[in-house]
Amino acid sequence: MIFDFSVIWANLPLYLGGVLVTLKILLISLGFGLLLAIPLGLMRVSKQPWVNFPAWLYTYVIRGTPMLVQLFLIYYGLAQFESVRASALWPYLSNATFCACLAFAINTSAYSAEILAGSLKTIPPGEIEAAKAVGMSRSKLYRRILLPSALRRALPQYSNEVIMMLHTTSLASIVTLIDITGAARTISSQYYLPFEAFITAGVFYLCLTFILVRLFKLAEHRWLAYLAPRKH
Amino acid sequence: MYKLEVQDLHKRYGSNEVLKGVSLAAKAGDVISIIGSSGSGKSTFLRCINLLEQPHAGKILLNGEELKLVANKDGALKAVDPKQLQRMRSRLSMVFQHFNLWSHMSALENVMEAPVHVLGMDKKEALAKAEHYLAKVGVAHRKDAYPAHMSGGEQQRVAIARALAMEPEVMLFDEPTSALDPELVGEVLKVMQDLAQEGRTMVVVTHEMGFAREVSNQLVFLHKGLVEERGCPKEVLANPQSERLQQFLSGSLK
Repeated sequence: MIFDFSVIWANLPLYLGGVLVTLKILLISLGFGLLLAIPLGLMRVSKQPWVNFPAWLYTYVIRGTPMLVQLFLIYYGLAQFESVRASALWPYLSNATFCACLAFAINTSAYSAEILAGSLKTIPPGEIEAAKAVGMSRSKLYRRILLPSALRRALPQYSNEVIMMLHTTSLASIVTLIDITGAARTISSQYYLPFEAFITAGVFYLCLTFILVRLFKLAEHRWLAYLAPRKH
Repeated sequence: MYKLEVQDLHKRYGSNEVLKGVSLAAKAGDVISIIGSSGSGKSTFLRCINLLEQPHAGKILLNGEELKLVANKDGALKAVDPKQLQRMRSRLSMVFQHFNLWSHMSALENVMEAPVHVLGMDKKEALAKAEHYLAKVGVAHRKDAYPAHMSGGEQQRVAIARALAMEPEVMLFDEPTSALDPELVGEVLKVMQDLAQEGRTMVVVTHEMGFAREVSNQLVFLHKGLVEERGCPKEVLANPQSERLQQFLSGSLK
């Protein structure tokens, strides 16, 4: 077996452009996904059924269907309707980057909401009582005690979600975007070197994953020190 | 005038009535110990005072101001005005059996939190106050430590500093030494004794008979949701009138 990496080397700028596209989609979808996940997570721990149920249904449907199906529905499915094509949103909904970010943001918001809800439930009830006992209002209780504590406790699980999302962004290549996988697909079909093309993509994902893992370790060191074993 | 007045408090869980009309009145500087066997309702009573538990009947007055209560569907009372409840709670600090420090905040942040975010105190002022009270209870050297990294005695003293930083009218202690190792009990009791000598008004649910006898000036013995006996601690403990209290005391060594 002879590997021909000279082609890869010559096309490195295509991959680097792909890295930027991957990171752009990842950051945008994570950002909006997290913003959406906070109210959804809070709804998911509510004892009021009419508050809890819509959030439960949302996360159930999103987590119960494949990411690729959701992406196809948004990118191809919506275009089927005349009213969508005539609407003011069409310039956005006909844009592949927008559709990918939208689909990924919706997807990660559902998973993140469940992570946050789980983390909210692990806060010791005594800490909530202490907050009530000093006279905190409900909104202060959420802002000062529940959310800061829950978001920190959610970090280890959320780091998994972020890495899963990094890998999920490879689906963007299917709706014509040239992300890392898109670059690999382009090179694979142009030169018929699928192994070299995709192994290179794999290495890029591996490096990005490594960087993300390191960043989350730093974040946990900074914000989760209170759960670490005592050192001195 | 009484600092804290609780009149005829009733509380039930389902059909099980755990408080059958308990009253208590504390003047400024009073230290009231509430004793009783487990299940006597003493912790429930204390937690009803700041509405961590919902009573079913009774009145609660702080400095003569009555907490307005209204019954909900199942008969439990809740505050009419959440703002009034929050204001009264902020003047009634509570110290818990299991400390209940906010685990994601350092000792210093725990003590500063409520003065800044409930009372709206200036951060600098709150910092000075927090350092003052942490030093007072003897844990100034641990101010940057997280609760999980402190001993139980240190945590409880931080919790007392947190309560003190609110400059409360009355302090409620819910079995503050029951979760501590025996050798750590003394350091917490010492702090509480100092507070009593400063003239702070305190209501203490406790199993520490020594504290009840030596530090408090009023003793309440609860049995099955009723006050069985009350009075000057030294007299009541030396000469218990009711059979229940005699039994209870013979069970404890001191």
